[in-house]
Amino acid sequence: MYMQSIHLMQFMLLFSRQGKLRLQKWYVPLSDKERKKISRDLVQTILARKPKMCSFLEWRDLKIVYKRYASLYFCCAVEDQDNELITLEIIHRYVELLDKYFGSVCELDIIFNFEKAYFILDEFLLGGEAQETSKKNVLKAIEQADLLQEEAEAPRSVLEEIGLT
Amino acid sequence: MPAPIRLRELIRTIRTARTQAEEREMIQKECAAIRSSFREEDNTYRCRNVAKLLYMHMLGYPAHFGQLECLKLIASQKFTDKRIGYLGAMLLLDERQDVHLLMTNCIKNDLNHSTQYVQGLALCTLGCMGSSEMCRDLAGEVEKLLKTSNSYLRKKAALCAVHVIRKVPELMEMFLPATKNLLSEKNHGVLHTSVVLLTEMCERSPDMLAHFRKNEKLVPQLVRILKNLIMSGYSPEHDVSGISDPFLQVRILRLLRILGKSDDDSSEAMNDILAQVATNTETSKNVGNAILYETVLTIMDIKSESGLRVLAINILGRFLLNNDKNIRYVALTSLLKTVQTDHNAVQRHRSTIVDCLKDLDVSIKRRAMELSFALVNGNNIRGMMKELLYFLDSCDPEFKADCASGVFLAAEKYAPSKRWHIDTIMRVLTTAGSYVRDDSVPNLIQLITNSVEMHAYTVQRLYKALLDDISQQPLVQVASWCIGEYGDLLVSGQCEEEEPIQVTEDEVLDVLEGLLVSNLSAAVTRGYSLTAIMKLSTRFSGVNRIKKVVSIYGSSIDVELQQRAVEYNALFKKYDHMRPALLERMPIMEKSASNGPTEIVQTNGETEPSVVDSKHPPPVSQPANQANDLLDLLGGNDVVPVIQTTVPTKPASAGGELLDLLGDLSLSGVPTPAPSVATSQPSFLLDGLSSQPLFNDIAAAAIPPMTAYNKNGLKIDFTFERANPNPNVAVITIHASNSTEADMTDFVFQAAVPKTFQLQLLSPSSNVVPALNQGTVTQVIRVLNPQKLRMRIKLTYTLKGSPVQDLAEVNNFPPQSWQ
Repeated sequence: MYMQSIHLMQFMLLFSRQGKLRLQKWYVPLSDKERKKISRDLVQTILARKPKMCSFLEWRDLKIVYKRYASLYFCCAVEDQDNELITLEIIHRYVELLDKYFGSVCELDIIFNFEKAYFILDEFLLGGEAQETSKKNVLKAIEQADLLQEEAEAPRSVLEEIGLT
Repeated sequence: MPAPIRLRELIRTIRTARTQAEEREMIQKECAAIRSSFREEDNTYRCRNVAKLLYMHMLGYPAHFGQLECLKLIASQKFTDKRIGYLGAMLLLDERQDVHLLMTNCIKNDLNHSTQYVQGLALCTLGCMGSSEMCRDLAGEVEKLLKTSNSYLRKKAALCAVHVIRKVPELMEMFLPATKNLLSEKNHGVLHTSVVLLTEMCERSPDMLAHFRKNEKLVPQLVRILKNLIMSGYSPEHDVSGISDPFLQVRILRLLRILGKSDDDSSEAMNDILAQVATNTETSKNVGNAILYETVLTIMDIKSESGLRVLAINILGRFLLNNDKNIRYVALTSLLKTVQTDHNAVQRHRSTIVDCLKDLDVSIKRRAMELSFALVNGNNIRGMMKELLYFLDSCDPEFKADCASGVFLAAEKYAPSKRWHIDTIMRVLTTAGSYVRDDSVPNLIQLITNSVEMHAYTVQRLYKALLDDISQQPLVQVASWCIGEYGDLLVSGQCEEEEPIQVTEDEVLDVLEGLLVSNLSAAVTRGYSLTAIMKLSTRFSGVNRIKKVVSIYGSSIDVELQQRAVEYNALFKKYDHMRPALLERMPIMEKSASNGPTEIVQTNGETEPSVVDSKHPPPVSQPANQANDLLDLLGGNDVVPVIQTTVPTKPASAGGELLDLLGDLSLSGVPTPAPSVATSQPSFLLDGLSSQPLFNDIAAAAIPPMTAYNKNGLKIDFTFERANPNPNVAVITIHASNSTEADMTDFVFQAAVPKTFQLQLLSPSSNVVPALNQGTVTQVIRVLNPQKLRMRIKLTYTLKGSPVQDLAEVNNFPPQSWQ
């Protein structure tokens, strides 16, 4: 069941206008089946909203904060006590980070590099809370981790090159 | 075996699928390949395969066979493996499955890894999905990292600690020492996460809260940090639209809220900074408004001085006018929370709030509706109700039930006139009649019964509404009941308020019978209408038609209707002499003092054969006690509620000796065994057994008011009315006013009458008589069978701290009050 807590982002979903999931980050323990049901229901609900409606809605016992950027919906579920306006800023900061990282990010970037999108999110938020408020620091950390990854992979490709797979 | 295809290639391939079936086929093929690759324990490509699996999982396909592979990746030494492994664990594992515990050891090792990015992965995973068992095992490691000087790790450890505390609250204590210097960090990441950690601890534990308030002097520290953020110049690293680190500002404000709540000293210490933030924050963008919003929430929750509170409400008022509907939404939410405590301040923004009823957004509409109802009062009821009724007309069905209930409640509290009240109810019933709650029907019936002078008008309007539409059940039920009760007024065309309509008895019966047969009528409605028809047998002249209808329904399939019809039939056949009495006009129902469900305090001594609508709550015992006390005042005679009946045509006894009790009283032929009627409550309206006409034409000649008592600044006036239809009950309203310079508190008025009479004292409007005639306390006394009424009254109150008591006789009742 849900954890007992006072302020919590329970999950974040990214999905397209056709309702295809592009990223799902869960901060509460739920089975695959439960997650699927929630995603499906919530995506339907949000896609049914008209463009002029506000970015917040009550859904089950949660508050949903969502915003569309181009063809992607960014949607967070927070518990009742939270400040919805700052959640919008959190979403916006994440989009800025993606944008900086990918250079004018679009949905395709997220589709083809979904694991990177997760890595960036995990350097920005931890357990649903912001761990770093400086854009520069988040991007620096990702950069360094990517470097580490390259170094880890480099030796193998050299070996492949000389035919020693 | 060829190398498994790369992730990007797989994604590309799958996206070329033109149908769901084609996609499924590709996925199945790839999954098979991955499975065999896993079976071969291939270390090289495990990472790639798991990544592909995660992609397919996101598309909705099962990926549980990859769970163990994730664990193997986590255990690998390669950073790439770990990165994907931990990601996979967070996506595919959940704490309900035991397999997740296998991660614990790996995480423990990685928390101590030499590379901070590996440590970071471990902290992130633990902080996102760690189960209670894992948290228990690893809390020590987290605590260690909380004390490191490496800010990259420290900030993650703080949030990980938050998660640990949420899962295992008992472990909170162990993190306390590490929090000591957290706020002296310069690094914003650490500051932000530290504030989150401190917030979590303070919210969960009152002891922690007290500790941080007193011992750690948290408030000054936070105030200082916040001040620096606001005053410092442009800092590119943390700037958002000209504001320095809004995330940190908001978190600090939230923590201040918790620290300041119910604590005068803390609230005092943060007053200045809150005022500063409230006035200096740039409001052109969402980010500034986010900070303002948090500031308002904090101001309203702590013990702030009134100037600050007004400032906060005004910020919300400005929010209401903002073009951005998100801002309007949060404003309405906050105003709803504060409307009880800062009612007047919120009233100032009433018209803007009412405008929001027309907003397109459902959430905004709902909040505007709730807030509007909260703001209704005696002064604005007419204007507000116009807007709210318009809203009721045009709103979505999901709002109608709540709105209708709200309208009824507001109308009941603040109706400026009975006619307005009835009109409002009619409007709701006709526009949203199918959405009103079930309990509104008895409430409305009670209201209508008590609006004695509006009966003719009400029944006429309801009749007309029925002619238009019989589909809305609550409307139909109330209308049937009224027609049954007041059908005689309807056909006699007595309406004063509007043009009376011409309608014959047959037409009325046509309508009621129509309800009985209509498919639209619910079973309950049919019951109402059959009873109404029956009641008309004593109000209309032509009884045969009614007899016929009733006998037909004696064989109805509906058991409820059948029972009623059979009983009514019996009434016609065997108990016809009782019929008029049993079907007599319902008396006024009294409400209990509280606003709870209405109670029928007095009944006619009659019962309706089958009860559908009236509730049967126990009689209110309080007036009975008062009656007993009062009788004591007159010399402690035994209290025996004497049931009296009168035939008003007999003249009152000449000379009217007070204690000439039974002289001209006679019991009518109809037996009313006194014991059976003697309840703990003296029953008053015993008219049922007389043969007087049901509708009493005694003109309501105005009975002049009188001053009953005037001493030491306390003046008590009596005003009179006759309760129609029972002329044997005199209703006296006392008005107590106070011309001294101090309030009279604990004011209690008691009255006693000779045993011939019976007296009931209803609850007073208040027990404080305001000084300098600024208001009156009113209380209603009902006296049965007043004959040359005489009364002894006892007054007790406290004036300027000293109790005062006085007894007086009231003899100067105007003759019209008891004749």
